[in-house]
Amino acid sequence: MAHTGHDATSYAPPAELPEMELAHPKTFIGKYIWSQDAKVIAIQYAITATAIGFVALVLSILIRLQLGFPGTFSFMTPETYLQHVSMHGMIMVIYLLTALFLGGFGNYLIPLMCGARDMVFPYLNMLSYWVYLLAVLVLAASFFVPGGPTGAGWTLYPPQAISPGTPGIDGGIILMLASLALFIIGFTMGGLNYIVTVLQARTRGMTLMRLPLTIWGIFMATVLAMLAFPALLVAALMMLMDLLVGTSFFMPTMMALGEQTGYQDGSPLLFQHLFWFFGHPEVYIVALPAFGIVSDILATHARRNIFGYRMMVWALVAIGGLSFVVWAHHMYVSGMNPYFGFLFATTTLIIAVPTAIKVYNWVLTLWRGNIQLTLPMLFSIAFIFTFINGGLSGLFLGNVTVDVPLADTYFVVGHFHMVMAVAPIMVVFAAIYHWFPKITGRMLHSGMGHVHFWVTFIGTYAIYYPMHYLGFAGVPRRYYAYGETGFIPESVVTLNSAITIAAVVVSLVQILFIYNLVWSTFRGREAGPNPWKATTLEWQTEHTPPRHGNFGKELPVVYRWPYDYSVPGAKDDFIPQNVPPEQVEMLPEGAVGAGR
Amino acid sequence: MSESAPKGTLATGMEGFVHDWSSDQQVFKGVPWGKAMMWIFLLSDTFIFACFLVGYMKVRIAATDPWPDASSVFALNFMGVEVPLLLIAIMTFVLISSSGTMALAVKYGYERNRKKTFALLMATALLGLTFVGMQVFEWAKLIEDGVRPWGNPFGAAQFGASFFLITGFHGTHVTIGVIFLLIIAFKVKRGSLETQRPGFLTGRKGRYEMVETVGLYWHFVDLVWVFIFAFFYLW
Repeated sequence: MAHTGHDATSYAPPAELPEMELAHPKTFIGKYIWSQDAKVIAIQYAITATAIGFVALVLSILIRLQLGFPGTFSFMTPETYLQHVSMHGMIMVIYLLTALFLGGFGNYLIPLMCGARDMVFPYLNMLSYWVYLLAVLVLAASFFVPGGPTGAGWTLYPPQAISPGTPGIDGGIILMLASLALFIIGFTMGGLNYIVTVLQARTRGMTLMRLPLTIWGIFMATVLAMLAFPALLVAALMMLMDLLVGTSFFMPTMMALGEQTGYQDGSPLLFQHLFWFFGHPEVYIVALPAFGIVSDILATHARRNIFGYRMMVWALVAIGGLSFVVWAHHMYVSGMNPYFGFLFATTTLIIAVPTAIKVYNWVLTLWRGNIQLTLPMLFSIAFIFTFINGGLSGLFLGNVTVDVPLADTYFVVGHFHMVMAVAPIMVVFAAIYHWFPKITGRMLHSGMGHVHFWVTFIGTYAIYYPMHYLGFAGVPRRYYAYGETGFIPESVVTLNSAITIAAVVVSLVQILFIYNLVWSTFRGREAGPNPWKATTLEWQTEHTPPRHGNFGKELPVVYRWPYDYSVPGAKDDFIPQNVPPEQVEMLPEGAVGAGR
Repeated sequence: MSESAPKGTLATGMEGFVHDWSSDQQVFKGVPWGKAMMWIFLLSDTFIFACFLVGYMKVRIAATDPWPDASSVFALNFMGVEVPLLLIAIMTFVLISSSGTMALAVKYGYERNRKKTFALLMATALLGLTFVGMQVFEWAKLIEDGVRPWGNPFGAAQFGASFFLITGFHGTHVTIGVIFLLIIAFKVKRGSLETQRPGFLTGRKGRYEMVETVGLYWHFVDLVWVFIFAFFYLW
């Protein structure tokens, strides 16, 4: 028999699991509102996350308008500026990116790509979304309480966060902490589902080493989240106690606004340790699903198997493990013991090794591939660019001696926006363009998509590249206005105006993207079941979009890994995972393999 | 789910481990979803308690006032004699005993002995309630002695803060456990686990694995208590 793929076998072990019990509701409300179908829950997550994400986008524009044209907008006071900065950061990191990658893509793709009918605990999965929605509403409510939302920065460092004089001390900070606790509870319900579904509910033939990298990325990110969010929960509870009960976990003996506070002997550094024990894995909670998704999209649209699949899996696992021992590199200037900083600088630089392996493998996947410059591919290539840029500036900040002068400057802002804001968002866009045809049955409009891509990609560099120069010039971040500061030259003001204009343009084009989503849902070109000629199981469903239960009467059986693209000797340039070797159509002997 | 796992085909030791992880469908062969989920939840919960205890250690080290002496603060006046750690010893004994009744409940559950399972689940719940009741008494006594979350007459203010936060968080766990024990006990008595009657909210079929799953949670809560006991009362 001819060679028909990487690990293809005709044998699939017998079924170990009985058919899943599914609740099939009859009413509209049961099907689309209180739905237990992971795909509906995914869309609910995605819409909620996008909605609150747009609030954060507007906040960022307001921040940029103040920075670009200081003094022009009378509604921007120093207090509102700080509140906008804080809310923008928290919403984008937690309520948009985490929720969208895990709650959105995780819910949609895990059962489909693993070959399961649904998540293992659909009811708990449904609760997960509703608790998340509650968390979002509590957070949004903080805009409307007296004093407004908290202005403590997204890191919420005490003592500032709960000291008199900080915006939002009257209610905003309480709602923020309560909302975070709710988010964690809701996420835990979902996360348990994601992990158990991947481990215990795969279809016949689907071994862990035949899982698409998307699932590996989401799975590892969920594991990180389950172990990292506890630290944030504890920090939030302790801070609530400090604020409401008057304990002194984080609050030192200090004066505030000329008066002695009742606090004594607390440890602000403890908060920073707890926060970053969550905060650093959080970077990878956002990045690992992006890594996984981009691997699948690159392979599919380059018609080539992913380079070094096993290495990619182990790199994900290694990054996940290492991400728990690097947290204090966020605290080099906090007054922590310098030797501690040395340890964390070392682990931080080690994490660059598996990350670099992944980047090389993405590039090598493209090497001599049959690259289709589709929109998902364009956004994935953009991800590689922005991720390398952001990763390299991370090497600067990971070293203590280089970090000390750069800490709290715009270099940091440029770095993390490049690596953990723009890069994952590029993958979000790539994933939406890639899976939209499966979710709705229609293609997104390509013309609008290209405008969206080029403006976003070029705009990203127009916004964040100059920030690195601002950082080298010593411009501090989180400042409302710079006034007459000796070391800040006039050119900084000009550059800030330019960045603001770019940011406004990039934001406007996102409205075009939303319009495209709505327009294409109803008017887009019919996509058919498998428009990208992809191999993974979600493209092999009986119906497009897949119905409740995902697959037809029989669950698919998996005979091969997910990357059988351009297999030499095969007639088509892709072989779906559920095609057994004997059913692969071969070219006549001596013919040149497809896809080259 | 567990019923359908192939019997007698499972390799053991390292070979079995490698086989299970490289196989399809399930990593943990024959482990019901609910049980797997509980283990993973408990791992996450372990991190919560670990963060609490590490935070407690940190504020205890950072405090400049002397730390209150546990054996005198927690002493109980019994017939005119100050007995150190008397109440807490009884509380610990009660909670550890409840783990024993729980383990027996799981055993009789799998033997489909409904009467004994029900009785043992109720006994476990009762012991749990006794623990929470004694904790309320302990809190009341400490508050009477002037211990508050924001300060106390015996030394560092963080003593009350971390004590009330962490034992309160643990007590909440015990209370939630008691509620679930009562629900499962009721289901056992009604026979829902034999008839696989669907749950009121979740619509999922009842199974005897539920007894074991709630048992896992209960043993975890006991185990956590051992650490809290060691760090608060013996340190």
